[in-house]
Amino acid sequence: MLFTSYSFIGFTGVLLSVYYLVPRRLQWIILLISSCVFYWVANPASLIYVSFTAFTIWGCAIMIDRDYGIQNEYIRLNKGTISKEDQKAFKARHKMIREIWTSFGIFLNIGILIVTKYFSFLAGLFTVQQNHFTDIIVPLGISFYTLQAVGYLIDVKRGTIKAEGNLFKMLLFVSFFPQVIQGPISRFSDLSVSLFGEHEPERKEINFALQRILWGYFKKLIVADRIAPAVITLVSDPAKYRGAYVIVALVLYTIELYADFTGGIDISIGVAGILGVKVTENFRRPYFSTSLKEYWRRWHITMSQWFREFVFYPVSTSKLVQGISKFARKHLGNRGKKVPVYFSSFIVWVATGLWHGANWTFIIWGMLNWLILTVSEELEPVYAAFHKKVGFSNSYGYKVFMCFRTILLICILNLFDCYSSVRDTISVLASIITETELGELFSDKMLTIGMSGLDYVIVLAGVFVMLAVSLIQEKGDVREYIWKMPYAIRFAIWFALFLSVLLIGAYGIGYDANQFIYNRF
Amino acid sequence: MEKLLEILKEMHPDVDFENETGLIDNMILDSFDIVTLITEISDNYDVTISAEHIVPENFNSVQALYALIKKLESED
Amino acid sequence: MKQRKKSIIRFLASALIVFLVLFLLQRLLIPKYATGIVEGAFVAEYYKEENKQFDVIFVGDCEVYENFSPVVLWEEYGINSYIRGSAEQYIWQSYYLLEDSLRYNTPQVAVFNIQSLQFNESQSEAYNRMSIEGMKWTQSKVNAIKASMTEDEHFLDYVFPILRYHSRWSELTSDDLKYMFKSPSVSYNGYFMRVDTKPADYVPEGRNLPDYSFGDKAWYYMDMIRELCEKNGIQLIMVKAPSLYPTWYDEYEAQVVEYSHKYDIPYYNFLELKEAVGLDYSTDTYDAGLHLNINGAEKMSHYFGRILSDEYGVTDRRGDVELDKIWMKNINDYETEIDRQCILYGVDRNSLFRYSRKDQ
Repeated sequence: MLFTSYSFIGFTGVLLSVYYLVPRRLQWIILLISSCVFYWVANPASLIYVSFTAFTIWGCAIMIDRDYGIQNEYIRLNKGTISKEDQKAFKARHKMIREIWTSFGIFLNIGILIVTKYFSFLAGLFTVQQNHFTDIIVPLGISFYTLQAVGYLIDVKRGTIKAEGNLFKMLLFVSFFPQVIQGPISRFSDLSVSLFGEHEPERKEINFALQRILWGYFKKLIVADRIAPAVITLVSDPAKYRGAYVIVALVLYTIELYADFTGGIDISIGVAGILGVKVTENFRRPYFSTSLKEYWRRWHITMSQWFREFVFYPVSTSKLVQGISKFARKHLGNRGKKVPVYFSSFIVWVATGLWHGANWTFIIWGMLNWLILTVSEELEPVYAAFHKKVGFSNSYGYKVFMCFRTILLICILNLFDCYSSVRDTISVLASIITETELGELFSDKMLTIGMSGLDYVIVLAGVFVMLAVSLIQEKGDVREYIWKMPYAIRFAIWFALFLSVLLIGAYGIGYDANQFIYNRF
Repeated sequence: MEKLLEILKEMHPDVDFENETGLIDNMILDSFDIVTLITEISDNYDVTISAEHIVPENFNSVQALYALIKKLESED
Repeated sequence: MKQRKKSIIRFLASALIVFLVLFLLQRLLIPKYATGIVEGAFVAEYYKEENKQFDVIFVGDCEVYENFSPVVLWEEYGINSYIRGSAEQYIWQSYYLLEDSLRYNTPQVAVFNIQSLQFNESQSEAYNRMSIEGMKWTQSKVNAIKASMTEDEHFLDYVFPILRYHSRWSELTSDDLKYMFKSPSVSYNGYFMRVDTKPADYVPEGRNLPDYSFGDKAWYYMDMIRELCEKNGIQLIMVKAPSLYPTWYDEYEAQVVEYSHKYDIPYYNFLELKEAVGLDYSTDTYDAGLHLNINGAEKMSHYFGRILSDEYGVTDRRGDVELDKIWMKNINDYETEIDRQCILYGVDRNSLFRYSRKDQ
């Protein structure tokens, strides 16, 4: 069920009315049933996969929690009677038991992820022959819910949250349908209260959520889906579309990715919102970032957070890496201090790349991100000195320049997840320099790639609207701002937005029903 | 405590670490800083701060961080 | 209390504005078919007829609405008929259009052009639209939509055509505004008139097909049409229009003949009756043999009208005051259009079969 399908809108509508009619304590069960239906409709096997994840994670978490209980009970009962050493040994032993349960849960679930998503890629590394594993279906949302489930398990192991005793609540937590298609990746402590809670229909809250959904459709249908055919045309034939075409592809894809992904998340958060469920924000105007580092704090926030919490910190504080660090400092002096950081972030970026897709292009994409981040980290003192020297580093113009610089970097990085092979990507990137005739950029040729002149105008207008909204958002909440206006103006604004989606949206016969691009990752 | 302040000052000379209580919340320390800091602490205090200790409550202020170190030392 | 009242009024006013704006937009955006592809307007035009007591109903594709002229059937035999034809009308659409017509009157004869038996699925969304959209909302329309939808279509798009035509705002013309609420009539009891001529001097050879047998769905609706007629005491007549192409294969013909024998349904293949009808493909077609022009249609009507009245006893309604009046107007409109087209296409009016014959 695509977010942009009639069936999804109908599904949400039915759910909404049932949700606020049933006794409040049953609301979470309604959510569970809808989520199961959502999976079932996509593919019955998907429901089995997600149930398996819920079951294993639930079980492991309970075993961990039980072990915490045993440990605390033992210490309480034997307080003063056992030696400190014994207590320490006891604790260490139990910590080990918890580690085993955690590893077991992670192993099972990451294992399924690897088998369903990466097997053919891995097999391809070792054999040149066509293999038969390529036809394993990738279960719906597996990349997202697996991370969410594993994060939960580690949180339980760390003792930051208690294990959820109810298996069905666990199933709802991993399968909650607005998050299935493309995230966000929620943490249990953030999501559980409102997910399992009881909700009264709040007028303002539901209004805001509906407005957010509408805004998501605006981005998705007016901007992203209008661009999609052109991007597909351009990247599917890298031998034909080179030079100026690549510049167009670069710009269009960067707009499309933003409109598609943030629009989809707006719909996710909005749909959860009308049900009273608060889902973590995933974006904070990412294209306003002045550096790649900042960009990764503002783009796909929940994913970066996940990798930071559950990969970067554990790896960088592990005995092995700290040992390497000691060694490096001995031989490199103060320089070596950063070794754990660079080493661990390298692992994070390879993992992030792999998570996006089973292809070398994504691994290279991850490594390039790492390279740029590392180089700029090392050059930090140089920049600082430069900024101190020149007076304009705090000016608005310079900030805008830095934003554009960052966007340019992102455009280039993004190309790696467009083209199907690394070789193609590098070849088309090189063609920008060697084959571009600037005249072509504004010639009729750009009207032959699946977008008409009118399409370009609409996209441009859409970009301006998104830019304007983002600029206001930097100062405050746009919906709050409109909420305070007189009713007639409020009504006119939202009705106009609705009409523009209805009339200008690229949907229905004649347009390709495009999936959200992020959902293939 | 003095040593800890010294380490922090070296990383961000322009921050008033004695009085700042939102090192994480106000995004003064990023993830790179935290890991570098942990490496320094393990060199200087002989305690290992592991991933599960990296929560804002432990890193928001020098005082909190120092308390964490003391706690870990006593557990060892 | 006052606050509550205020918000209710506000809500109702907003809802009213929303519905009104959407309704007007929908009227504006749906294609009007008043000029250009007028075939799209035919299905809806039927409902404009005040008197729907037709004795003969034709259903089928362009092979009925371009090849029979109800005006001639009336003039020569007093047959009160209507053609419920539309471009590439698929057989399930023919069935539901016939069913829909029965709501108003049970005809004596139903004529079905069997060309569409060769399609087992709707081939094009655009043709679906033209055949179904004009229907009034009844169970027949619902079923017609369900039977017709191609893979990419949604039922909702038929209920709210604005969803289908939402992007037409970039191609609106003055016609869309002019005919927003009322369109002019473009057919003559469902007949699509052309007075110009393009002789058929070359007939393309039909390609060999891997399989000539008609599909299950097509046969199912053929049976449905037959049973509907049996149930209502309507004489069903199958015809094949004398279009030179698309090729009507012998294998097709054999299946229809077999069916007609099996159920004792009369079948007239006008491709084989060309000489009897007196068709001349150098003067009687406007697109080189694909469709007949007014000459061909009138010759066909002259010939077929005799069969209808002599062999199937279709009532001669001339003398019925109300019908006489209606047909007087119909004939007048018909001849006005002939004159308009003669000027448009530069045709000598007196060279037309209609007038050259009368002169004799």
